[in-house]
Amino acid sequence: MMNYIKYLLVGFLFGIVLTKSEAVSWYRIYEMFQFQSFHMYGIISVAIATGLIGLQIIKRNNIKDIDGQSIVIADKEKGSFRYWVGGLIFGLGWALVGACPGPIFILIGAGFWSVILILIGAMIGTFIYGLLKDKLPN
Amino acid sequence: MDIVTQTWPWYVSGFLIGIVMLLLNYFGKVFGMSSNLRTLCTIAGADKFADFFKFDWKAQRWNLAVLAGAMLGGFVAVHYMNNPSNVDINPKTIEQLAALGIDAPNGKLAPQALFGNQIFESPKMILILLIGGILIGFGSRYAGGCTSGHAISGLSNLQIPSLKAVIGFFVGGLIMAHFLLPLIF
Repeated sequence: MMNYIKYLLVGFLFGIVLTKSEAVSWYRIYEMFQFQSFHMYGIISVAIATGLIGLQIIKRNNIKDIDGQSIVIADKEKGSFRYWVGGLIFGLGWALVGACPGPIFILIGAGFWSVILILIGAMIGTFIYGLLKDKLPN
Repeated sequence: MDIVTQTWPWYVSGFLIGIVMLLLNYFGKVFGMSSNLRTLCTIAGADKFADFFKFDWKAQRWNLAVLAGAMLGGFVAVHYMNNPSNVDINPKTIEQLAALGIDAPNGKLAPQALFGNQIFESPKMILILLIGGILIGFGSRYAGGCTSGHAISGLSNLQIPSLKAVIGFFVGGLIMAHFLLPLIF
């Protein structure tokens, strides 16, 4: 059980940051796609830059994880079609309801009950993918 | 306590999101929220219908703990750290939204027109939220990740597939925001 507390705490930080930065806000996503604010672009860019620098430090100094194992982050599978098309489908949904998977849960936790409909939809979408997986072009 | 209640600036927020990802890496895990949807499907019994859901979901319990923490964080931030000045979006954006019949933020994270409890009486709004969810769920699994898995984890690890997915996210988002939303509302 103790093992899970650190994950709960990291998640807690994530939930606070995404809410206080308003990255969970439908308005911020709409504003971003209208190019009417730098806010969301700034958040995403700084998050990537922080991760990039952190990962380079980890790799160059061969820093071990909490269990003393090397930190190895698997490469994404090669491919094109599924990334372009899957990404495009995801983007349509992201701009429509203004929430990606993290924010869906954060908003429900915050008491936005209508977001449960988005969660049900997202589980149906995941289920449809599971059913069609082998028939989809890769 | 301004720093608690005001909108957090992008450079602080972005930095902390990067730290969240690195902390999970330090714990030997990879940051990615949409995988939880697969786990939840399996728990709900989807493994009886498709092999995709036959996996050791218990190995993913750590990610469910992250999720539970995030929900708690959302609760605390909305109930104890808010301020009427929040969600101070561009006045031009507010004007555009008014033309679509969507209310201004006035400190709220989400518009009443889309997320107020009255939408449960509108089949159109229920359908919009469900379809949005289906696109997110299907798209993120087909693309193998969402904003956290591809945009943050993938790009910071210089993954070309993630770049393709993220460009896809933005192309899809721009099509929705500029061409489809005005038709829907």
